Amino acid sequence: MASVTFDHATRVYPGTERPAVDALNLHIEDGEFLVLVGPSGCGKSTSLRMLAGLEDVNAGSIRIGDRDVTDVQPKDRDIAMVFQNYALYPHMSVADNMGFALKIAGTPKAEIRQRVEEAAQILDLTQYLDRKPKALSGGQRQRVAMGRAIVRQPQVFLMDEPLSNLDAKLRVQTRTQIASLQRRLGVTTVYVTHDQTEALTMGDRIAVLKDGLLQQVGTPREMYDTPQNVFVAGFIGSPAMNIATFPVMDGHANLGRTRIPVERSIIDAFTEEDRNHLTMGFRPEAVEVLPANTPDAIPVIVNIVEELGSDAFVYGSLTNEFGGAANVHSGAGDAQVIVRVDPRKVPAKGETIGIKIRNGEQHLFHAGSGERF
Amino acid sequence: MSPTPQRLQITAASPDPALLDLPWDVPLEEWPAETLAALPRGISRHIVRFARLSGRVIAIKEIGETVAYREYELLRQLSRIDVPSVEPVGVITGRRAPDGEPLEAVLITEHLQFSLPYRALFSQSLRPDTATRLIDALAVLLVRLHLAGFYWGDVSLSNTLFRRDAETFEAYLVDAETGDLHDKLSEGQRAYDLEVARVNIIGELMDLQAGEFLEDDVDAVAIGNALAERYTDLWRALTEVETFGYGERWRVQARIDRLNDLGFDVGELDITTDVDGTTVHIQPKVVDAGHHSRRLMRLTGLDVGENQARRLLNDLDEFRAATDRQAEDESFVAHDWLTGVFEPAVRRVPRELRGKLEPAQVFHELLDHRWYLSQQQQRDVPMKEAAKSYVKNILPNRPDERSILGVQAGDIRETAQIPVLPDDEIIG
Repeated sequence: MASVTFDHATRVYPGTERPAVDALNLHIEDGEFLVLVGPSGCGKSTSLRMLAGLEDVNAGSIRIGDRDVTDVQPKDRDIAMVFQNYALYPHMSVADNMGFALKIAGTPKAEIRQRVEEAAQILDLTQYLDRKPKALSGGQRQRVAMGRAIVRQPQVFLMDEPLSNLDAKLRVQTRTQIASLQRRLGVTTVYVTHDQTEALTMGDRIAVLKDGLLQQVGTPREMYDTPQNVFVAGFIGSPAMNIATFPVMDGHANLGRTRIPVERSIIDAFTEEDRNHLTMGFRPEAVEVLPANTPDAIPVIVNIVEELGSDAFVYGSLTNEFGGAANVHSGAGDAQVIVRVDPRKVPAKGETIGIKIRNGEQHLFHAGSGERF
Repeated sequence: MSPTPQRLQITAASPDPALLDLPWDVPLEEWPAETLAALPRGISRHIVRFARLSGRVIAIKEIGETVAYREYELLRQLSRIDVPSVEPVGVITGRRAPDGEPLEAVLITEHLQFSLPYRALFSQSLRPDTATRLIDALAVLLVRLHLAGFYWGDVSLSNTLFRRDAETFEAYLVDAETGDLHDKLSEGQRAYDLEVARVNIIGELMDLQAGEFLEDDVDAVAIGNALAERYTDLWRALTEVETFGYGERWRVQARIDRLNDLGFDVGELDITTDVDGTTVHIQPKVVDAGHHSRRLMRLTGLDVGENQARRLLNDLDEFRAATDRQAEDESFVAHDWLTGVFEPAVRRVPRELRGKLEPAQVFHELLDHRWYLSQQQQRDVPMKEAAKSYVKNILPNRPDERSILGVQAGDIRETAQIPVLPDDEIIG
């Protein structure tokens, strides 16, 4: 068990200019479950591979505990890549399947048995130890695979999109297993996924990457409540945050007829790049639904209502007379917003509703840089 | 009530309409025996079946959609850079059972004719050096993949198919699921791939021992370590810088010869000298496998494996010496050897036995058999006689290695897919 530190770690692929991972600074605590998340090409897998020793580090360094492992071979780093390959050997018992890597390494038999039994207990496999793999269910076989990594007692577990090969049902099952297993073992784990829901549900902390750069790292709650820039705001949370850019005049943000007051301190912090515009985000659940003609409410034409039983979401467009409508983006597209409504009082399709962002629930970002105020 | 119609999406380089005749609305595990080819299967964590399609055999693997497309693309790239791997045929998505339940996507690849998974080789007549030969073949494959910039991620005997190549085997990559193509691999990547290979092979051999397919006294760990050694030796021979004094320039040709012997042509050799010109450094920059097979192809048009080619070229050389035609143009002699020696010998195999072995392999075995008879009878047995004896006594007892259309979808030799059980149901 150990901490992991990326210290200005950089990877530039030969022949390219932009680094795949750009001076990454990230410290992962001993025993922490950290998720690296981001869109395809953001550098999350590359970062993981740098930690594994499968990618050269062009600048900066990587430490496991106090040890600089930047130039150390993968097999000497005391890490375990979980789920890279798990074919269970049909003629060996579950116990032998779990322990054979130790057998190869020459670990004494008694110690192998002990470690295998410990791992089996954590994985609820104790009663299957002497059975053959064919007597196990799909979920149990997954756990044997995890057992293989656990018995090696590595300092860090690395997982690169381990659920992508699995069918949907096994995916949810395995997700829960991995999370609870990590909690019991307390081994530092670095987990890569492109799925932000997976990240939110599994990680102690989440690190969002984009174009090789770390955007923000924090607990799921921090990431959800206080995204540090527009990208993180739109990436974390499903349905995604509604994000709009308004011109600011007379201390108010203007979207057509609707005027929203803006604090003096925000306006004072405007940069030249912002050009007197303000980017505001609000989550679908952060609005009050009011009659369409309420003063200072933003009118929205209802296109689709998604009724999920416990929740309902309205996918709507902004009425067109405002010209500024195109500056709004959401998970539904340009000039569209997604709004959560009371499932017992859903508006009809084609109806116009008014929405007002609840006080304090708006997120304000610089229109120029995208950074949070 | 009519069943939910299928809306299949077929991605293939040259789509074969016959694909539509296969029962895609049925889970692969439940496919009827008539559609399947009885072929030995290896261990796989996915469901794999073989089916006949337009006179050839295809391998069908049920996996997730994204993974299927990714692997398909990788296999295409690999075949373009001429690395021994299975040919991808296509990906099918959008499968549904008649009740509307969605079924997994499939990746389809060509079955490599005359190839075998390692387990089948072990369950046949067990030769003590089979394991070593397989390891050699795998080492060569891994070196070729790494030279091409391909990182495998899951090197194992199960992910490989083997084809007889004279007295040894040629290995082909079957599973590219965890693979990645780079411009050049880092030391860390190569080392990791090799370590994974070593551990996996030891595990697979140990499993064979546990299933009593392999004697207990075989040292699985030693064989796994042997893979690492062979790989390292070959890699060094193909890529390392050699330094010598100016007066030892014969070493340049010696290096090329050594690489040729190993079966590689040198496409590019970097030669640099120190400022004062007294020390020379050479490093192969581009090497291409298939030195002997290319030479044989050029001379005779025969397309065979590397070691088979080496053997045939040896026989050609002997023919040349025996007929005293060393002064003649090689290509004329080669033509005569082809029409006068090789083809008549191979043609003696009756049609019904041609599914047993590839022609070049048959010839190789004929040469062996002729040598054996000659030793036994203490005279030079002519090829005609040896061929007759071979066809009568040896070939019929060899198992069919092409592919058999089967009524028996389950082969006793096959160690199959671990059956998927509903959760927590245990067979006693």
